[in-house]
Amino acid sequence: MKPLTFTLRSEPDERLDLSGLTPQKLNGMQPADIARLPIGTSRRPATVGDVFKVEGRDISSIVFSGGSGRFDLVGAEMTAGKIRVEGDVGARAGRRMAGGLLNIEGKAGLQAGSGMRNGRIEIAGDAGDGLGGPMVGEIHGMTGGIVIVGGKAGHRPGEKMRRGIIALLKGCGDYAGLGMTAGTIVAIGRVGLYPGHLMKRGSLLFDRRPAALSPTFIDCGRVEIVFPALFDRYLMEDKILDRPLLGKKPFRFGGDNAVLGTGEIMFARG
Amino acid sequence: MQELIRNGIEIDDTFAEAFGMRATAIIITAPNLKWARQAATTMSGFATSVIGCGCEAAIDIDIPASGTPDGRPGCRVMIFAMGTDELQKQLKTRLGQCVLTSPGSACFSGLEGSASLDLGSSLRYFGDGWQISKKFGGKHYWRVPVMDGEFLCEAKTGLTKEAVGGGNLFLLATDGAKALAAAERAVAAIEKVPGAIMPFPGGIVRSGSKIGGKYKGMMASTNDAYAPTLRGVTKSALGPDINAILEIVIDGETSEAVAAAMRAGLKAVINFGPRRGALRISAGNYGGKLGKFHYHLRDLLP
Repeated sequence: MKPLTFTLRSEPDERLDLSGLTPQKLNGMQPADIARLPIGTSRRPATVGDVFKVEGRDISSIVFSGGSGRFDLVGAEMTAGKIRVEGDVGARAGRRMAGGLLNIEGKAGLQAGSGMRNGRIEIAGDAGDGLGGPMVGEIHGMTGGIVIVGGKAGHRPGEKMRRGIIALLKGCGDYAGLGMTAGTIVAIGRVGLYPGHLMKRGSLLFDRRPAALSPTFIDCGRVEIVFPALFDRYLMEDKILDRPLLGKKPFRFGGDNAVLGTGEIMFARG
Repeated sequence: MQELIRNGIEIDDTFAEAFGMRATAIIITAPNLKWARQAATTMSGFATSVIGCGCEAAIDIDIPASGTPDGRPGCRVMIFAMGTDELQKQLKTRLGQCVLTSPGSACFSGLEGSASLDLGSSLRYFGDGWQISKKFGGKHYWRVPVMDGEFLCEAKTGLTKEAVGGGNLFLLATDGAKALAAAERAVAAIEKVPGAIMPFPGGIVRSGSKIGGKYKGMMASTNDAYAPTLRGVTKSALGPDINAILEIVIDGETSEAVAAAMRAGLKAVINFGPRRGALRISAGNYGGKLGKFHYHLRDLLP
């Protein structure tokens, strides 16, 4: 069966809320009903039919042919199935996602994977600030699942993260893992200021020594442990990386000792 | 009994009687095979029989570095017990005392089972608050800081209720040296069978037993019918030419594994021949009262 495909007619005039276009929310709906769903956010909101040409019937596999920075909440709260966006998305893609695969072939805006609980988000381009983080007032950011960013991520990726994995393949901005409780952030390339600031537990795994490390992290020396090899193997088997990240004897810093101090920053090259 | 002969060796037309058990398996890795096996043999020490040890355990197979989760050499250890609680208790204490303590070790689940048993999730408290939980690739690990680095241990391993204990072969020979030579051949062959272990010393038992005994509280006592020194004074199963008997006891992950192990053992002993090894092969059973698994030698012959 052909995937349910939303082909973008032209750049939308307003921001769109696409949280309703997920496999489980469209389950059982006819194409005509789908076309009438309101997705605009202005006073006279646009419908799906105004913005997209709708084709295909397989709702477990949804394709957005063409993307836009105005596509907000793509794949929000999805629990299963696949969504592929052939282009960019706006804010909070995969917000509170609980399962399935969200594949974004372009860039993602602010807070992709915010509060994500499970599943997998792949972003080929850059990602905005607050990747996997909480929204205002929330205690935790991401609590499970995996986010892979092929480009560079903005500031505060993995803020207040509690579980799960974030992989950043071209570095990120400042404060990676800000206040994280647990989980794992992997970064290749340059990371910004003070990664792991106020982290209680969790792991920040880098391919190089971070340029500006908070003084509340303590040097534990080079460690010879099994975990890096095991995790490297996982990253390669899952096709997240094509070569080992940490090697057998990475450098390790413990912290943030301003709080609990049981987190870690490990990196391959000193 | 009908006479069965293979390569000049007489095979009794009888069966080995075995019973259902609970079992689990773990994979122990280390910087080299020597230390993986060291941890494995230590944890499976004094685990010959559930009668007195609480469990039966041994190394199943060695695993090359390419086949282990962390890319280091390792081995798979199987542990068998009569109940889930006892199995969990034995696993926890042996893991904590023998694997956690062994240099460079790491420990992984070695069985996908119908239920799970605690591994790292019961040992993590040794970390005194410094233990680290990691979940990736659908698995959960605990990292416990120790003096040579870190003990990495998967949180859970599987439990199977399909396991079988007590598969066996009796190797009857003219003297002790020949019985031992035949038994060593059988052990070497059975070691190659995955999913089957031989928990007794070097895989060999000299003290085959019968159920109960004349003294109060004895669960098992000497198998007088197969004790050469009692030939004539008891109801003996031995002819005049048999002076030593050794038994191979096999526990298997499944009934098929026990059958495969017995088949491999029989083949090795038969190929070895009666001149250097066993004159006769038999098996231990209690007339069908011990367990529901019966392995007829006739069906397993090469």
